[in-house]
Amino acid sequence: MATMVQAIRMALHYGEKHLEVKDIFGQDVGPPLGGVFTATQGLKTTWNSPLDERGIIGTAIGIAMTGERCVCEIQFADYIFNTIDLLKLAGNNLWASHGQFPLPLVLMTPNGAGIHGSIYHSHSFDTWATRIPGWKIVSPSNALDAYGLMLSAILDPNPVFYLKPKALLRVKSKEKIPGEPESEKELKERIDAPIGLERENWKARWPKLELYTVPLGKARLVEEGTDITVVSYGRSLVLCEKAIQNLDISVELIDLRSLYPYDWQSIKKSLQKTGRILFVNEDTEVSNFGEHLAYRCTKEAFYDLLVPPTVLAGKQVPGIGLHPNLESATVPQISDIKKEIEKLVHSSL
Amino acid sequence: MALDSKKNTLTDQKLLQIHDLMVKARVTEERLIHIYKQGLGYFWIGGPGEEAFSVPLGLLIDKGQGKNKDWLYLHYRALPTLIAMGLDMESAFRTMFNKATDLSSGGRNFVNHYSIPKWNVAPITSVIEVQYSMAIGTAYVQKKEKGNKSLTVVTGGDAGSHESDFASCLIWSSRPKKELPILITVQNNQWGISTSYDEQHGSKSIAERAKAFQIESYVIDGNDPIKCYHTLKTAIKSIRKNRKPIFIEAKVSRLYGHSSASGANYVQEPCCIKNFEAFLIKKKLITKKQIKDIWERYKETAKKIQQKIMKEKDPQAESIWQHVYFKEDASDWRKF
Repeated sequence: MATMVQAIRMALHYGEKHLEVKDIFGQDVGPPLGGVFTATQGLKTTWNSPLDERGIIGTAIGIAMTGERCVCEIQFADYIFNTIDLLKLAGNNLWASHGQFPLPLVLMTPNGAGIHGSIYHSHSFDTWATRIPGWKIVSPSNALDAYGLMLSAILDPNPVFYLKPKALLRVKSKEKIPGEPESEKELKERIDAPIGLERENWKARWPKLELYTVPLGKARLVEEGTDITVVSYGRSLVLCEKAIQNLDISVELIDLRSLYPYDWQSIKKSLQKTGRILFVNEDTEVSNFGEHLAYRCTKEAFYDLLVPPTVLAGKQVPGIGLHPNLESATVPQISDIKKEIEKLVHSSL
Repeated sequence: MALDSKKNTLTDQKLLQIHDLMVKARVTEERLIHIYKQGLGYFWIGGPGEEAFSVPLGLLIDKGQGKNKDWLYLHYRALPTLIAMGLDMESAFRTMFNKATDLSSGGRNFVNHYSIPKWNVAPITSVIEVQYSMAIGTAYVQKKEKGNKSLTVVTGGDAGSHESDFASCLIWSSRPKKELPILITVQNNQWGISTSYDEQHGSKSIAERAKAFQIESYVIDGNDPIKCYHTLKTAIKSIRKNRKPIFIEAKVSRLYGHSSASGANYVQEPCCIKNFEAFLIKKKLITKKQIKDIWERYKETAKKIQQKIMKEKDPQAESIWQHVYFKEDASDWRKF
């Protein structure tokens, strides 16, 4: 089965072959590297930009202004902060121009912790992204969704923020990407660039991929349950999946997939069934996006709640430390999620 | 400061056209200032003092929609350029009164913040530098297309050149073998709100920075419409042919200060229109009486337009939900 990064690469190939993506660019996105996580190896329309995040976002806006579709990359979410006013501008371009200038662009960036990336390769941008209206924001938790969300992002006429959970990029899929070859070995030989001098003349041999989309704004019901609802996305979703295994509690697990617009109806319906809800993500806990969701639960489903809606998020500290003890103390771990679920289910109002 | 008539190769008709448009733009701006001072508008910011550069620029644009026409990333002092391209006075007043009929933003944005897709005029923002990084993308698309002769124009002020987007524009537009068909301009009025140019710039000129990237660069008197026209015409012709960037720094005046925030009062700096009128009179192309008539005619028109636009519809509260996403105004995302 394909890894998530292979799935993203295949989606980008599908995009440039069938969906009119004409430029995929960013720092080290083009040959020879094809992205620091290899997400853009072997693609036809990739190119290397200067190491200039503002230039990358500005250029993407300019390309989209003409109606052409592009996918740009910021190498790590940690390095996107100096572009925040351009992100605001991309989000308000349509609104400020009274609907006259849509921006069909995709911005992808590796996001979050889990690879011991220290202070500047571990940060999450989830909540920051949700503070910028006009963007759609997605983050996949598995390879198939990574493929489907990327194709939906490319097809969407709005700016779409595609947060790649970097700790999941090498995780293999449980399901086949439509058109993926039968054997992993064959897929690797076809689309993974060789290391060393062979790379110079290497060309990808793409499988015959098929269109598969995951609608933006729609969550996925991962597990049905009756005692508590757990809502997560990206890397944290996988941790939640592990946390609920062998737990003597019936957990309804929802993969949000789209942070904005988010699937409120799925959240609400589940909460009304279970009466308990936990939101899990890695971003820092103060003014966390999960807090907004928890607030909305209180506001719209107060009389269905058996316990206060709860957010389990990253600690409000300036960075994520390198040592495993520091990283695991900073962002939610499987044991933290388990504990929180147990606490909520065993407590009552 | 007198203009040098020997360097003029423009036809009499072109000179008079430029003068007429400069006056039209100035009268429009002065009426907008008047509206602010009457307490009828929230804010004014605009381009009095930049007409000698901006009007010729507007006249030289290959205007239209799409990749094969010129693209413009303008700053908020660009009304004279748009007037020269054919923008009516009404449009300016609609932005001032933030009317629902304002096609650029529907009453959402400040005065003189235009967005005009039919002429490839990208939304003008209050942020003084972002246009320099966005323009790269459009110029890149134009460069890719074989046979495309169009270019991207990006304008800004000297304070905008402090920001890193200006450096981005120079870097990205001059990459070896990937040079972009882009005209980069700075209308240097020597001020960033209340901070003087001399306090903040160690370089002799802003053009020095462009030269460091091997970009053909010019520093010109932005109060001389003839010089501006010739320089712009030559630069634009060259970019259309050679598909490489050119930088122009035009030294202009700022005749009403930064904006209404600094009072919007007339400042004693060289006035490009007065200078140009002295030149036209000396050349016997126009009389004082004819000049006065032009000013009066536009002033009278502006007054009437003000009264008309004030009666137009205001935006409605519910309209805030429109255009958050493209054609998705009624979607579930906003049902809180």
